[in-house]
Amino acid sequence: MEYSLYLIPLFPLVGFLINGLFIGKLNKKFVSFIACGAVGLSFFYSAHLFFELLSLPAEARAIEEILFVWIPSGQFNVNIGFLLDPLSIIMVMVVTGVSFLIHIYSIGYMHDDPGFSRYFTYLNLFVFSMLILVLANNYLLMFVGWEGVGLCSYLLIGFWFEKKSASDAGKKAFIVNRIGDFGFLLGLFIIFWQVGSLDFATVFEKAPAMFAVGGTLITAATLLLFLGATGKSAQIPLFVWLPDAMEGPTPVSALIHAATMVTAGVYMIARSNVLYMMAPTTLAVVAIVGMATAFFAGTIALAQNDIKRVLAYSTVSQLGYMFVACGVAAFGAGIFHLMTHSFFKALLFLGSGSVIHAMAGQQDMRYMGGLKKHLPATYWTFMVGTLAIAGIPLFSGFFSKDEILWKAFSSQYGSTWLWVFGVAAAAMTAFYMFRLVYLTFYGEGRMDSHAKEHLHESPKVMTIPLMLLAVLSIVGGYVGIPHVLGGINYFENFLEPVLHAGQNLPVATHVLTSGSYSTGTELLLMASSVILVLLSIILAWYLYRKNTDLSGKLRTSMSGLHKLLLGKYFVDELYGAVIIRPIVNGSLFLWKIVDVFLIDGLINGLAVVIGDISTGLRTVQTGRLRTYATIFLAGVVVLLLFVLLR
Amino acid sequence: MLLDTVIFYICAIFAVGGAVMMILQRNPVASVMFMIVSLIAQAVLYVQLSALFVGALLIIVYAGAILVLFLFVIMLLNLRGERFEEERPKLGLTTKYGLAIIFFFEIVIIIKQTVFTGSISQSPITVASDFGNVKPVAELLFTKYLFPFELTSILLLVAIVGAVLMAKKENNDKGEQI
Amino acid sequence: MIVPIEHYLILSALLFAIGAGGVIISRNLIIIFMSIELMLNAANLSIIAFSLMHNLMDGHVLVFIVMTVAAAEAAVGLAIIIMVYRKRDTINADKFNLMKR
Repeated sequence: MEYSLYLIPLFPLVGFLINGLFIGKLNKKFVSFIACGAVGLSFFYSAHLFFELLSLPAEARAIEEILFVWIPSGQFNVNIGFLLDPLSIIMVMVVTGVSFLIHIYSIGYMHDDPGFSRYFTYLNLFVFSMLILVLANNYLLMFVGWEGVGLCSYLLIGFWFEKKSASDAGKKAFIVNRIGDFGFLLGLFIIFWQVGSLDFATVFEKAPAMFAVGGTLITAATLLLFLGATGKSAQIPLFVWLPDAMEGPTPVSALIHAATMVTAGVYMIARSNVLYMMAPTTLAVVAIVGMATAFFAGTIALAQNDIKRVLAYSTVSQLGYMFVACGVAAFGAGIFHLMTHSFFKALLFLGSGSVIHAMAGQQDMRYMGGLKKHLPATYWTFMVGTLAIAGIPLFSGFFSKDEILWKAFSSQYGSTWLWVFGVAAAAMTAFYMFRLVYLTFYGEGRMDSHAKEHLHESPKVMTIPLMLLAVLSIVGGYVGIPHVLGGINYFENFLEPVLHAGQNLPVATHVLTSGSYSTGTELLLMASSVILVLLSIILAWYLYRKNTDLSGKLRTSMSGLHKLLLGKYFVDELYGAVIIRPIVNGSLFLWKIVDVFLIDGLINGLAVVIGDISTGLRTVQTGRLRTYATIFLAGVVVLLLFVLLR
Repeated sequence: MLLDTVIFYICAIFAVGGAVMMILQRNPVASVMFMIVSLIAQAVLYVQLSALFVGALLIIVYAGAILVLFLFVIMLLNLRGERFEEERPKLGLTTKYGLAIIFFFEIVIIIKQTVFTGSISQSPITVASDFGNVKPVAELLFTKYLFPFELTSILLLVAIVGAVLMAKKENNDKGEQI
Repeated sequence: MIVPIEHYLILSALLFAIGAGGVIISRNLIIIFMSIELMLNAANLSIIAFSLMHNLMDGHVLVFIVMTVAAAEAAVGLAIIIMVYRKRDTINADKFNLMKR
């Protein structure tokens, strides 16, 4: 049966081409209609495919369609081909669905921007690239999408490029991502070198025979791929670009830097689960890096004052959770959290966008407050998002986060420490999110009177996507209710065919048997994390609602720690001193001394010498016929002389 | 026998003298006249070498047609009395004469060294009585060398077309430099 | 036929050298041109001499062809001289030094 998978990325591509080729010539209504229509069409088509896929038996849920051979070169053959299986359909649904809502929201948010059509052009290009990334049936095509989303991220972070901080942030994101991409490419080279193919199907089929479990090569390959993932998904050590990426328009932060693009690393690791299962060392690294990032970013978020920065660090922290899930071989849980996170984080970002919209561009929470009565729709939806991310039971974040925490504790690769730090990070998440809510929506308004008059609820075109996302943030978790709560964990069963191969490796068979713990333990752990979250919410309430003086006192009494957190542990400064400064100095040396003095001097000197010689030789060319004839005759005489004397 | 030698030397003197006078003249008309003297002397030498047909051609075509063409051009351009202003040449006249003389002696040495020290004898050669007459040369031309002979006609045609094209007065010769 | 072939050849060499000298000494384009004709004739003389020496008339045919070439050359060359004279109003070879620039 023909599924025409190529149609999914084709719609945004067409939208991109129409808007991009006729940029500045179309009116705003038409531009937004084309852009939203394109993404909407691909969403509805992928929903159709989703139900088609559901109607198939579980084992047959992998549709591969090859459009044409892209690079035929001896043994190296790459196709343009698409693969639709449970993993990619979930990603496609999330990407197109969230993108669709954010596209609609953007119509309202970007309405007065002069770069309106440019914005939608980039956005469509982004959706196209992201769909290529998740639908690709081989690593190289995936890499094309990977680079494409990186490009769009750069373009959209620097969307207001006349602002220096925005263009700098764009460059920073691009360069940091390049470091990760470098690792990604090297990983691909190792895979191709060993397996001789980059097709997912071939690689995963042959890899168990080609690599030794836990061997150096597979560990190196997976670590390099993970380096790519840390770049794209903003993990330690390459997370520094994501907070700066908030310079872009808020819907972009929601779409690219929260819901979709940054999850590409998690998707890639889940896709390569066979390889990762064969490299236990890498899994441990992934888990540790993920947990460190989750914890570390959470602490930074505690002290930030910029509403979007809090959300940015929260994103980094949540991505860390997903990597923890991958690191303990619970790829399904990682993807589950990816999905719910993209719902509630998109909701939170769009909500903050609505707040910023109402505050006329003000992003500092110290100048907000009391917005609850002015922005009721935004407040309620934002509250839903906050509850979801904090992990309050019955909201989606609870199910996915708890799944990860449980796996981190119980899995063969997990440990108690991972669980402890995970719960601590979860408590911090609840704390800083409620701090944000209290500072923004409660209390007295701290804005000036002019801004106060300007306050207004956002238009319907912005609030309706918020409400839809709020609904998704509530119900999104019910597809994966764990067994212990009486569910059947439908989500992971759905993903099972994709993760099947990795879980059936000999090395992994005992991982699944995590039943050595009783259901009582699981319930206990779940309850303790919920209680901790509730306690930290109460703490936030106490510090920022009840006794606001105390928070100020606390800040002064621990000013060192506060400065450290506010300064984001000075990681940027550290990178600046350790990496960037030497490179700049080295480059200066190469420029001033090696290039200008040595190379240019050599070349110019050569030119001068040749010029002088030529000026001397030029006098021989008199331009006179007789002189030439004379020299000719003299030449003949000399030649004959040579013949005679020989 | 002696007569042959005498004729040779007289003709040789005329040929060389005409050539030397030809290159030394300022007046091109006189120069052409000396060239004709030289050519006639050479024609006599051709006949002495029993090349009757070619000797006749030399008189008719060279002296009769080509040099008349030269004269015609000289008259056409009215070059008779043109005097060239003296310009100190880079290489002195002595050097140039020296070069030509050295060149001559080199060729003489080569002739002495190669041709007559080889297998070919110096003894008088007996040839057929009609050697170089019109009929045997014509037979060669129209049998063995028919193709090259026909090719010369194309060469001449090309030369005529080229000459006409170049000498044609151009319509727009304003300031165009050569 | 008592005069040795050698003498003819040396005479031919002498004429050739005079022609070469004429080319490098003279300023007048027409005289340079005639010097070239003289060199051709000198070559012809040696060909005739060799022809007799080898008792072969093929040399006569060769001379005939050389004369044709000389005639064609004269026609084209004189046309060039006429054209040059029209443009520059002189036939002084030293004046034609555009190649220097």
